[in-house]
Amino acid sequence: MELFNNLLFGFSVALSLQNLWYCFIGVFLGTLIGVLPGIGPLATIAMLLPITFNVPPVAALIMLAGIYYGAQYGGSTTAILVNLPGETSAVVTCMDGYQMARQGRAGPALAIAAIGSFFAGTVCTLIIALFGPPLAEVALKFGAPEYFSLMLMGLVAAAVLAGDNMTKSLAMVVMGLLLGIVGTDVNSGMARFSFGIPELTDGIGFIVIAVGVFAMGEIIANLGDPEERKVFTDKVTGLMPTGKDLKDSFWPIVRGTGIGAFLGVLPGTGPAIASFSSYMLEKKLAKDPSRFGKGAIEGVAGPESANNADAQCKFIPTLTLGIPASAVMALMLGALTIQGIAPGPQVMTQKPELFWGLVASMWIGNAMLVILNLPLVGLWVMLLKVPYRLLFPAIMCFSCIGIYSVNNSPFEVYMAAIFGIIGLVWMKLEMPPAPMLLGFVLGPLMEENLRRALLISRGDPTVFFTRPISLGFMIATVLIIVIMVLPAVKARRAAIAG
Amino acid sequence: MKFDWRNNRDFLAGLLYIFTGALSIFIALDYPFGSALRMGPGYFPRVLGGIMIVFGIAVLMMGVKNKEKIKGNWSIRALIILPLSAVVFGVLMEHAGFIPALAALIPVAAASGKEFKWLEILLLTIGLTVMSLGIFIWGLGLPYPMIKGLWGY
Repeated sequence: MELFNNLLFGFSVALSLQNLWYCFIGVFLGTLIGVLPGIGPLATIAMLLPITFNVPPVAALIMLAGIYYGAQYGGSTTAILVNLPGETSAVVTCMDGYQMARQGRAGPALAIAAIGSFFAGTVCTLIIALFGPPLAEVALKFGAPEYFSLMLMGLVAAAVLAGDNMTKSLAMVVMGLLLGIVGTDVNSGMARFSFGIPELTDGIGFIVIAVGVFAMGEIIANLGDPEERKVFTDKVTGLMPTGKDLKDSFWPIVRGTGIGAFLGVLPGTGPAIASFSSYMLEKKLAKDPSRFGKGAIEGVAGPESANNADAQCKFIPTLTLGIPASAVMALMLGALTIQGIAPGPQVMTQKPELFWGLVASMWIGNAMLVILNLPLVGLWVMLLKVPYRLLFPAIMCFSCIGIYSVNNSPFEVYMAAIFGIIGLVWMKLEMPPAPMLLGFVLGPLMEENLRRALLISRGDPTVFFTRPISLGFMIATVLIIVIMVLPAVKARRAAIAG
Repeated sequence: MKFDWRNNRDFLAGLLYIFTGALSIFIALDYPFGSALRMGPGYFPRVLGGIMIVFGIAVLMMGVKNKEKIKGNWSIRALIILPLSAVVFGVLMEHAGFIPALAALIPVAAASGKEFKWLEILLLTIGLTVMSLGIFIWGLGLPYPMIKGLWGY
C-alpha cells in the first residue's frame, strides 16, 4: 500500500529527535504568542518566522506548521477565557465558549476544543495523504494559462468570501498586486516603483508588510480603542469534560470536521466561514436551539473542529499547487522560498521527505497540542492577566528583531513602521488587509504566468478560455462572484455578520 | 444631514484607492508598455492601476450613498511614537548594537500608551532585553554586536 508506505516514511522523518523538538518548540511558541489577545495566527507566524531561518528546510516547515496550530489553538483559549477573538474564526468560539467559562466550565470548554481540534487534525492528515499526490499529478500538467486562471480564482474567492464588502476586498487584492510589483522586473531587469531607493529594487519583504500591518498597525489601533478584558481565571478547575460532554460533542466534532475539510480545500475561504457554517448547522440540528449562546458545548466542539480542519486542509492546495489558499499559507510559501525551495507540484516528487515529513508532523503537532495545552492552561491564564501596556512593548520588541534579522537591514524596520501607519489607516477605513497580503504574494507569480501564457499564445487572450482546465477556473471565478451578489446570499451573509 | 466627506469611511477609502491607482499609472508611464504578445514592464502596473481606479470610484459612490462614519477612536500619540520606536531601534541596531537598540525601543514603544510607570517600564526593559539576548543571540546565534566596539564582534 503506497499510502501506508508514504505515511510511514513521513513518520520516520517527523519522529526524528530533531524534528520532534522543533515541532514542540513551534507548538509551544505558537500557543504562547497566539494566546496574547489581539494577535491572530497571521501576526504570530510573521513574528516567529525569522526564528526558523537558521533551521534546515524540513524542520523549519514542521516548526512553522506547529506555530500555526499553536496560534490557532491559542486564539481559541483567549476566546473562551476573555471573550476576545484574536481573529474572525474565533468569534464563533466566543459565543458559547465564553458563556461556558462564565458558568465555571472553562476547563471542559478548553478540553473539548483541544479534543475536537485533534480529531479534525487526524482526519485531515489522512485526507492530505490521500488526495495530495493525485492532485499534484494533475497540477504537473498545468501550464501558464492554467496557473494564471487558478490564481485569479483563488484571489477572487479570497476577496469575495473574506470581508463583508466585496468591492473593498477586491480592491485590496489589487492593492496587494500593486505592492508586489515593487522591485526589479524579472523580464526586463527594470526597477519598478522603487522611487530611486536602492533597497526597494529587491522588492518589499512580505514579513515587512505582514508584521507592519498585522502586528504594529494592530497595536496602534488597539491603543486608540482600548478593549475591556475580563479574564475568568479563578474558575479554571476541573479540566476534564464529563461523559455527557463527550457524548454531546461527538457528532458536532465529526460534522465540524467534515465541513471544515470540504471548505478548507477551496482556495480563498477562510476558517471563519467553516466555523460559522458548523455553528449554524449544530444550532439547526439541536433539539433545543435556545441553549446556543448560553454555553452549549456543541457550539464549541463543532466550530473548533471545523476551523482546525479548514486550517489544515489549506495545506492541500498550498503544497500540491504552490498556490497559497489563505494569507497564512502565503506566509508558509514565503518561508519555503526563503529556504530555497520553489513551491509547486514538483515538491512532492523532488522533496518527498519535506512533504511526507510535514504531513506526519501535522498529526504529531495536533497530538502535542492536546498533551501540551491541558496541563499548561494555568500558564496561558497567567499570560492573559498581563496588562496590555506591558504586552505591546514586548510585541514590538519581537517584531523589530524579527524583521531586522531577515536581511540585517534597518531599512526594512523603517518600512514596517510605515506599513504600521498605513495598516492603521486601512483598518480605520475598514479596508480588509488579509486579501492584500494574498495579492502581494501572488502578484509576481501572476504577472509572470500572464506574460508567459500570452507569449505562448502569440498575444491571443482567448488562450484562457480555450484550454479546458483554464476555462473551468474562469467559469468558477465568475460563478463565485455571481453567487455572492445574489440577493438571497447577500441577506444571509448580512444576518451572520450582524 | 449635510454630507461630510472628512469622516465618511467609504468616501475616504475610495479616494485612497483612486489615488493609489492614479499614482501607479503615473509612475508606470515611464516604463515601456509593450504589447499583449510581449508585455513590457509597464503593462501590468497600468492595467492594475486602471482596475484600482474603477474600484475606487465604486467605493467612493458607496460612501456618498451610505454615509458610514469611521468607527472608534485613534490615538495620535500612538500613531507617531510607536513607528518612531521602530526607527530608533533600526538606527541604534546599526550604530550602537543590540542592547542599546532594545533598551531604547522598549521604553519608547511603551511611551505610546496612555499609562507610563517608570519602575514598571524599567523592569520590563531589563526583562525583555535579557530574554531577547537569551533567545536570539545565545539561542539562535544571530550575529549582532551586543554593544558596538565593546562587547561581541
